[in-house]
Amino acid sequence: MIRFLLRRFVTMAVTLLIISALVFFIIKLPPGDFLSNQIAELRAQGESASIAKAEFLIKQYGLDKPAWQQYLVWIGVMPGPNGFSGLLQGDWGWSFEYDKPVVDVIGDALWLTLLVNLAVVIFIHVVSIPIAIYSATRQYSVGDYLATFIGYIGLATPSFLLALIMLYYMNRWFGISIGGLYDAQYAGEPWTWAKTQSLLSHLVVPTVVIGLGGTAAMIRRMRANLLDELGKQYYVTAKAKGLDPTRALLKYPFRMSLNPFIADIGNLLPHLVSGSVLVSLVLSLPTVGPILLSALKSQDQFLAGFILMFVALLTVVGMLISDLLLAWLDPRIRMGGGR
Amino acid sequence: MRYAHKFLEEHMEAPLLSVRQLTVDFNTDAGNFRAVDGLTFDIPKGKTVALVGESGSGKSVTAQAILQILSKKARITGGSIVFNDPANGAAIDIAALQPESDAMHALRGGRIAMIFQEPMTSLSPLHTIGNQISEALMIHSDVDQAAANQRTMEVLARVGFPDPKRALKSYPFELSGGLRQRAMIAMALITRPVLLIADEPTTALDVTTQAQILDLIKELQGETGMSVLLITHDLGVVANVADEVVVMYRGRVMEAGSRENIFRNAQHPYLQALMRAVPRFAMAENERLTPIREVTSATLTSAAAPERIQPKGPILKAEHLTKCFTLRSGWFSGNTQEIRAVSEVDLSLPIGKTLGLVGESGCGKTTVSKMIMRALTPNSGRVLFDDGTGPKDVHKLEGDALTTYRRSVQFIFQDPFSSLNPRMTVYELLTEPLRIYNIGTSDERYARVKQLLDMVGLDHRALRRYPHSFSGGQRQRLGIARALALEPRVLLCDEPVSALDVSVQAQVLNLLKDLQSALGLSYLFVSHNLAVVDYIADTIAVMCRGYIVEEAPKSSLFRNPVHPYTQALLAAVPDPDIDRPLDFAKLRSGRFSQPSEWPEPFRIAPGEFGVMKEIEPGHKVRVGHLTAREAA
Repeated sequence: MIRFLLRRFVTMAVTLLIISALVFFIIKLPPGDFLSNQIAELRAQGESASIAKAEFLIKQYGLDKPAWQQYLVWIGVMPGPNGFSGLLQGDWGWSFEYDKPVVDVIGDALWLTLLVNLAVVIFIHVVSIPIAIYSATRQYSVGDYLATFIGYIGLATPSFLLALIMLYYMNRWFGISIGGLYDAQYAGEPWTWAKTQSLLSHLVVPTVVIGLGGTAAMIRRMRANLLDELGKQYYVTAKAKGLDPTRALLKYPFRMSLNPFIADIGNLLPHLVSGSVLVSLVLSLPTVGPILLSALKSQDQFLAGFILMFVALLTVVGMLISDLLLAWLDPRIRMGGGR
Repeated sequence: MRYAHKFLEEHMEAPLLSVRQLTVDFNTDAGNFRAVDGLTFDIPKGKTVALVGESGSGKSVTAQAILQILSKKARITGGSIVFNDPANGAAIDIAALQPESDAMHALRGGRIAMIFQEPMTSLSPLHTIGNQISEALMIHSDVDQAAANQRTMEVLARVGFPDPKRALKSYPFELSGGLRQRAMIAMALITRPVLLIADEPTTALDVTTQAQILDLIKELQGETGMSVLLITHDLGVVANVADEVVVMYRGRVMEAGSRENIFRNAQHPYLQALMRAVPRFAMAENERLTPIREVTSATLTSAAAPERIQPKGPILKAEHLTKCFTLRSGWFSGNTQEIRAVSEVDLSLPIGKTLGLVGESGCGKTTVSKMIMRALTPNSGRVLFDDGTGPKDVHKLEGDALTTYRRSVQFIFQDPFSSLNPRMTVYELLTEPLRIYNIGTSDERYARVKQLLDMVGLDHRALRRYPHSFSGGQRQRLGIARALALEPRVLLCDEPVSALDVSVQAQVLNLLKDLQSALGLSYLFVSHNLAVVDYIADTIAVMCRGYIVEEAPKSSLFRNPVHPYTQALLAAVPDPDIDRPLDFAKLRSGRFSQPSEWPEPFRIAPGEFGVMKEIEPGHKVRVGHLTAREAA
């Protein structure tokens, strides 16, 4: 077990290293960078004071050095102007666009993103699992067709469109204000009970909008998995023991049909951050998605690089968690059997 | 007078279960049909009733109806199933109960328990044996987990688990097929039911294991006095364990009576036909099986083998084949383990003959056939193929020579359902080999395919249909037709009839025989069924733990089996003849498949190979190292 974990950690580290290199060089691929673009702009306007600052930043972050040196400084294996100070040392870098350290730009947004998407994940599972069980056990019934129909609509509706519609009607019917994750008055305020309440009421629309497509997909997959398992012999055995059908269903086929979803956790975690960019833009949610988009557009390299690395880290950790969970839940994997 | 009264009383006693005019209807997309049609029979107390018939005869549906676990598409539409519970004397009509009523839940698993055919899939792979068995007890009686575990261990010990405490925490995939079925039996019996329904309980098991399981069921029946409803298609099993027999065909009873009556004096033509279709050991040299539905072919009698140079020696020969597999022992550990699946196997297949390779599951017979096909590379030894130009090592062939070899040796698979691509029509399936080898124009291919279909007794109208619209036997014949498309010289048949019904099995075996005599084919016939091999093979090689332990022409093998493993194997085959019962006492002692536990001179110490010793012309037996040295 310990050897396995060690091996996994080594491969994880190597994977992250490769990803960091890829991320950095892809961000650097377009010619120029945020600062030199800005300097060119400032020159055109003739503002020498700002130019001096920008040039200081260029020195400070070594943007005049070759790309590979910048990369090594960024990840923190080569001393930069401030000595060893990179991702490995916990220095996430400077956002040129916001003129703030990356940690200040992202800080709140990161947690809000995780919160919104966690709410989405819970929403998806809470809604889709009961519906899937219902439609699988009553295959080809009216309810099954209805769930399928609604599911397809959910899949087919563009989420940003739904977001706009819901925003309008939520405001009209319930007076919930438009956009954001809390009312404007709380922006920059410390977290209080009132702010939390405001946050919760604002969470409803994004959760439903982002979650609907996923719910529909989940219902379809869960239903198909369950249908496969319902035909299995061990379910008949459980019923032949005299177990009542609901308990038999939950203990045996349902448990079996969960495996693919546990294996999916690795994909789910990174999705938490990057999955909802479009909706976040439409609803002007202060989440990471829009920040990443603008950072990529303006070549704000440390900001974009950090967000992408964070997503990569979530992916690798997610994979590890799902592997460990699978091994814990499924003895066939744990014991290397499964003849 | 008093005697007469007592006689009446004994025989008028109500049977445990009496089924009267039972009908079960299926509503499917393809229309409605009646799976069970006015079925009537009784299960007396403490007796074993065998329900016999082909697949599709409605015997499993009957069992499901008794437990009310029919699929959603099926419904009991008439008749009664009266259960007289000896515990309280109450008579309950199961057919009138709601499937999910409390009364039905209490009966199901509590008073009437069931075991199934495939013990691997019947147990949940995610839960321990202990969990699944104790659950059955906890549903039906008011005990806590600790008491249930205690009782589970007792039952596991009773059904023959060597270490019940460990078994409690074992998962199904850690157990052998035989132990899994024992666990199923423990699960059924822990609630002390009065009726055990066993649906093909031994069909998926090896013969020696089958004999042990049948023995166990009989023993437990003697102890608890329960009745058994045994559902099977194997008349050999019926002859050995049943008290009464009910023969079903298309949901109706064809014939019913005591075992004596049924076997000595079969009346109904269907039952007679069923009995003639089963291969037996005592068959005459040229006796032919009579399938229930004979398949005829117009062109087969006139078909002839293509003119080819004939090899002087055997067409196929294996020399000292050895294959090891490396197992990773666990997911988390890097430990590996070497398993020798095949050890020093020598085989030789003469042209136009059939070599039967017999052994229990896991003995390495499929590995051998895969090495011959060059799907696996042996660790040592070689396979020689002689197409008339002298023997060549198959594993050194390259280019055209390899292509020719692949054409000459074709494979027939065990499972006719998964071996045909469901998305291809019969025409596409049968022309695929021709297309791969670029043979003929499309007109010629069409003619060839029609000829092939006729050879295997199928109508050429089948060409446009997809495999799912054929029965198992028809599919297996399609598989044979596909194997014949390239005019091969050798067919490797890996358990070609073990997934088929007895009646269909006879059809396919006869077809293989006819094809052999018409086309001059050579067969390597791999099977676990001794009677089948006896019917089709000329020479038989018995395999155990990767060794060929005995090889002989079939007459001398069955007349004079020398090796203890061969003897055990032969003794374990249930014969559909009530005058030759199984010797359960002998099979009980059971360590036949441990080379290190065979009596001298057959004992093979771990790490040794032993030597084949010829005891009469063509009859060879593997003996241990010691005696070989003595002989030298």
